[in-house]
Amino acid sequence: MKLRVNGTEHEVAAPGDMPLLWILRDLLGLTGTKYGCGVGQCGACLVHVDGEPRRSCMTRAAAVAGKSVTTIEGLAEGASHAVQRAWAELDVVQCGYCQSGQIMSAAALIASNPRPTDAQIDATLGKQLCRCGTYQRVRAAVHRAAELHREERK
Amino acid sequence: MSTVADPTRREFLRTAALSAAGLVVAFYVPIGRRFAHAAEGPPAAPAALAPANAFLRIAPDDTITVLLAHSEMGQGIWTALPMLIAEELDADWSRMRVEHAPAAPVYAHTAWGIQATGGSTTTGSEFDRYRQVGAAARALLVQAAARRLGVAPADCRTENGAVVAGGQRLRYGELAADAAQLPMPATVTLKEPQDWKVIGRPTRRLDTPEKIDGSAVFGLDVRFDGLLTAVVERSPVFGGKVRSFDDAAARAVPGVRKVVQVPSGVAVVADHFWAAQQGREALKVQWDLGPGASLDSGAMLAEFRRLAGTAGRSVASAGDVPAVLANSKRRVTAEYVVPYLAHAPMEPLNCTVRIGADRCEIWTGTQFQTLDQMTAARITGLKPEQVELHTTFLGGGFGRRATPSSDWVSEAVHVAKAAGAPVKTMWTREDDVRGGYYRPMFLHRVAVALGDDGLPTAWDHTLVGQSVLAGTPFAAEIPANGVDPASVEGTADSPYLKAVPNLRVQLHDYASPIPVLWWRSVGHSHTAFVVESVVDELARSAGVDPLAYRRRLLAGHPRHLGVLELAAARAGWGSPLPAGRGRGIAVHESFGSYVAQVAEVSVQDGRIRVHRVVCAIDCGVAVNPMTIEAQMESGIAFGLGAVLESEITFKDGRVQQSNFDDYRVLKLPQMPTVEVHIMPSRERPGGVGEPGTPPIAPAVANAVAALTGQRLHELPLRLRT
Repeated sequence: MKLRVNGTEHEVAAPGDMPLLWILRDLLGLTGTKYGCGVGQCGACLVHVDGEPRRSCMTRAAAVAGKSVTTIEGLAEGASHAVQRAWAELDVVQCGYCQSGQIMSAAALIASNPRPTDAQIDATLGKQLCRCGTYQRVRAAVHRAAELHREERK
Repeated sequence: MSTVADPTRREFLRTAALSAAGLVVAFYVPIGRRFAHAAEGPPAAPAALAPANAFLRIAPDDTITVLLAHSEMGQGIWTALPMLIAEELDADWSRMRVEHAPAAPVYAHTAWGIQATGGSTTTGSEFDRYRQVGAAARALLVQAAARRLGVAPADCRTENGAVVAGGQRLRYGELAADAAQLPMPATVTLKEPQDWKVIGRPTRRLDTPEKIDGSAVFGLDVRFDGLLTAVVERSPVFGGKVRSFDDAAARAVPGVRKVVQVPSGVAVVADHFWAAQQGREALKVQWDLGPGASLDSGAMLAEFRRLAGTAGRSVASAGDVPAVLANSKRRVTAEYVVPYLAHAPMEPLNCTVRIGADRCEIWTGTQFQTLDQMTAARITGLKPEQVELHTTFLGGGFGRRATPSSDWVSEAVHVAKAAGAPVKTMWTREDDVRGGYYRPMFLHRVAVALGDDGLPTAWDHTLVGQSVLAGTPFAAEIPANGVDPASVEGTADSPYLKAVPNLRVQLHDYASPIPVLWWRSVGHSHTAFVVESVVDELARSAGVDPLAYRRRLLAGHPRHLGVLELAAARAGWGSPLPAGRGRGIAVHESFGSYVAQVAEVSVQDGRIRVHRVVCAIDCGVAVNPMTIEAQMESGIAFGLGAVLESEITFKDGRVQQSNFDDYRVLKLPQMPTVEVHIMPSRERPGGVGEPGTPPIAPAVANAVAALTGQRLHELPLRLRT
């Protein structure tokens, strides 16, 4: 099957029921997308499929054939995305394992909602687990990223 | 920076360490006590400064690479230890680089004698060694510059990565090769605290760039040509053994290469995870379950209660507890229970192993390099120094990656050996939640007599639970009285109990096939909940405000009182709260640090909601205040998950939880606003990774009691309707 990942076309030999997560990690070597639960409970594997946030552990190969996937590696050149800059500014990460998913989730949120409220952040990022407890900084960094994003668009 | 792990990196490291093109500095530090946390006393000062291996490399391009003797698992030592070196070296902070050190004796913990990370000891135990490394490197660079410029070393000064003398300025990168030829100084003089420029300065993490662009390499991300992936089918019951298995269907799964039996179960080895997992689902294993099949949480609790009614091992004893309790007019009695808990780090356990004729290479995120190395040597028949262990970033640890049995590393070595190929053995989340090594369940039974002044006159305290140390290589740390210190820390040694004239603390070890382990803050994770909840019950019984009551009990304990007063003041203790809010306070010492927290809660739809936590910490010298703040937020969030959500229970020997849908942890909407206040201090650095966790359970439970009148005695907290 054909799969477009971070702007590059790939021909992937994968069974139709293979989750996108393992195609990315094990077949394409894009290990920035993480495995955390395999059942859509933690969000560590979140990527964008045609611009929409998707949990790659629950997204089958057959469902993404011919579609365009963006992973953390392809989010922005040189970690320059507003979300990544906000993350660095507010020193969000700890162990870092869940952060690809957090960042991809936040990027999808501010792309569709340039001024998210706390409640909207809770509703979206509330599905992204972090055992280090970076939540307070995640919340603050999403607000900051939205601000940076708005400035960029001026 | 780092990309996908390159198996040749170790070779590079060795070459670099021996290269004359860079400066290599290290010290031999005499092995101190094996298993005492550094907070109990300063580590022994180095008897001699002798080069042994690399802690630091200065390259011709001026980059300064610090080798971390400990593992970065989120706690921020990737930044704090380089700060210690940069302080003494007068380094250019923008040129600092960091790597995990290989597993080697020179990187042994200064107090434990093995290479390990735990007990919130890293910054405290390395406070001298890493500063001395920086100071020695600086001395050599100054000497090299003085020779080159024909001036006396005393006429040179250092600033921002360069030696300056007269009108000349030589960058460290220009001097490194010359400095590497000079003999190590016999002694070094460290800066006085008033001269510190780096220590104490809030500093952003050095590992952020690679953790926000997906390039950071965790164990799970290790890849190289020919690497296979395995998952292991383990007994559904602890202690069960494989009787037989049928792997025909598993082998038929496309991508499955081998099915091999290992001591822990049956491994399905495949080209990639998905095939391995499909293969495991097709595998049929018959088990001899053994006695573990009868484990049942209800029956365990009944047995704990029975044990609590019998005489246990004596932890502490003073006066005549039964007589004083029998004759007291006012008594508080309570039973507290906390469950088994999984650590559930976001990165499930994994380990990559490649065995050759005369060496075994291991890539994993571990807290116990030396033990893992020794275990791998035993299984492969190699010498420990033939086992090359590469520490990757750890996707969370919380204690789970520090097993005395090296459980997951041992299993992965067995799998690679049996498969005859390089293999990454992966755990799924279900494997992790059901795989044991839990924080043990504990039951506490407490009876306290109060005198006419409202203060305790007798304290009777019985604990029942599994020992973390028993049956491990650390069992030697259990003293002659048989009391595992990890079971009881935070009780008899608490300032509250120590002041009571009639004191009896007893422990019952509960024998079980359930593997148990230290879980962030170890014994303090339950003892602080119990002791600080009981103190609140005593205050209520005495009719005294909980803060005022603690002030009376803690007179003579200035560091406890300091954080207590700071947290109370910043939280506005005593000021009116909005309707429907309650406040609770707790203070606890652990791992050489003192933490007080005030929690503000409400109850919404029968559920406890924590809105705000004000946290004060006295951890001695605050090396990186930004890390300390982050670790307090982290410890509180980790603890709150256990306060509000998490428990592991058993039925018919099976763990009843399996993934994050039923082993629930804290989520972002449940995260309170956390404010952290750091006490200025010149005391030796204490821990920060764990001490934020113990006070949150009692602070919340005390707030719930203040708000609702319900004193909750079990974790997770559940309101009675």
